[in-house]
Amino acid sequence: MMMPMLEQPMIEANAQAGLPSSATDIKMRAMNVNAFFGKLQALHDVSLEVAANQVLAIIGPSGCGKSTFLRCLNRMHEVAGGTMSGKVLLDGEDVYQTDAVLVRRRVGMVFQKPNPFPTMSIFDNVAIGLRLNGGVPRNQLNEAVEQSLKQAALWDEVKDTLGKSGISISGGQQQRLCIARTLAVNPEVILMDEPASALDPIATAKIEELIHELKKNYTIVIVTHNMQQAARVSDSTAFFYLGRLIEFGETKKIFTNPSKKQTEEYITGRFG
Amino acid sequence: MKTVFAPTLRYYRRKLTGGVMLTLSALSAVVALIPLLLIFFYTISQGFDYLNLDFFIKMPKPVGEVGGGMANAIVGTLVLVATGSVIGLPIGIFTGIYLAEFGNNKFGSTVRFMTDVLSGVPSIVAGVVAYGFVVIPMKHFSALAGGVALSILMIPTVTRTTEEMIRLVPHSYREAGLALGIPQWKTTVQIVLRTAFPGIVTGILLAIARIAGETAPLLFTALGNRFWSTSLDQPIASLTVFIYDYAKAPFEGWNKQAWTAALVLIMLISILSLTVRIVTRSRYAQR
Repeated sequence: MMMPMLEQPMIEANAQAGLPSSATDIKMRAMNVNAFFGKLQALHDVSLEVAANQVLAIIGPSGCGKSTFLRCLNRMHEVAGGTMSGKVLLDGEDVYQTDAVLVRRRVGMVFQKPNPFPTMSIFDNVAIGLRLNGGVPRNQLNEAVEQSLKQAALWDEVKDTLGKSGISISGGQQQRLCIARTLAVNPEVILMDEPASALDPIATAKIEELIHELKKNYTIVIVTHNMQQAARVSDSTAFFYLGRLIEFGETKKIFTNPSKKQTEEYITGRFG
Repeated sequence: MKTVFAPTLRYYRRKLTGGVMLTLSALSAVVALIPLLLIFFYTISQGFDYLNLDFFIKMPKPVGEVGGGMANAIVGTLVLVATGSVIGLPIGIFTGIYLAEFGNNKFGSTVRFMTDVLSGVPSIVAGVVAYGFVVIPMKHFSALAGGVALSILMIPTVTRTTEEMIRLVPHSYREAGLALGIPQWKTTVQIVLRTAFPGIVTGILLAIARIAGETAPLLFTALGNRFWSTSLDQPIASLTVFIYDYAKAPFEGWNKQAWTAALVLIMLISILSLTVRIVTRSRYAQR
């Protein structure tokens, strides 16, 4: 932890982005995040902020620490056996000073490969979070499941087959089922780790459309390998390279007029 | 004219090797089936004579007399297996869960090694241990001592299959549960165990089938009993001990009844396996 240096990188980042720091509400803020797998350092001193009800895209070549950073935000990094230093604030509160379970209820996650629970029905897949976290009466459960599936734009396709296995549907549908499952526990922030990379273009388009809808009610951070996707769905973009945050700013600016040479080279496809 | 796909000598050699290997493995598969089929048909042909209602509802006749049944032994085997399971299954299952979820440390690998050693311990040794720890303090043979001996044999099988099955559950399901804000223990029970359930049931059935067929550990623990008893405190009859006694008896009728007992034992285990499979079958036909 390097407390004295706390403010500096953020001011720098904001200056790069050309955003006044008070323009929007800040939902999450990462401060000097270093992440490790054993002795290997996967992230070096990353500081950035996620604006409320906006989409932040994280881009960069494989192995640059995008996913690790994402997993630091909801404390999933430690599940994989990693360690970290620095601070992650959610509404100004340090998520590492509270219970990981409570953090993950507020910061949900959608993974790269669709992973519905194979032994559960479509309905149960969506209801499981509410059921196991308790406090939701049976009659409200039906409503919550329907609501979540509608939000995930899956309801019309599965409403007659809610009792069928969660893995009986197509890959694209499975990923939207996973999004519905995440939405059901009513998080504030949704982290998406390359949610469309295992899907075909049509399913991808559906997920992207969904992200546009969801940002009205949620704050979204999405890791993607697909730069067109980042440009299409996000408001701000962070470019990671070799475990460092190279550039962070408004998506439009990053893609049209990046201030760092590495960013420009990556975006134009000259490396990575 | 030479085409691109012209077969060479190597091609024929490769085809020949493939053919020979396929034949060998198919033959082995057939040979592996022979003992099973032999046991099955021989047991049926020998034991069929006495397979009647009497065998299931009547008690054994006095020495030398023909007829009667083994009602006490059938119930006795069930009591012994149930006692062994009540003791052995929880220990085995919880140890398996511990090893899979928290066992990546020195203690875990020690336990893992010890269970492997335990699974290699001859079953008669388990009987000796139960004799020393249960029969001697109680001062008499008992169904409880038999159950303890059987549970010792169950624990390693159940532990290792439970651990293996939990480890087979993809990490992504565990992560998905945790990312929903579900606490670790609930994720383990409701998501990981639920996914591993069919495999764990298979392990349990294998363990039950194994102990139901054990004779040696029962000889000086449960002893055997020619009379009706379901008390854990008393010596109890079992099919396997009856098979042992009747097979070496000098009466032809008893020898035949030993075959019938073997047949009934096989039937019991099959019915039990089938029932458990049907009851615990996943609605989605996983695995």
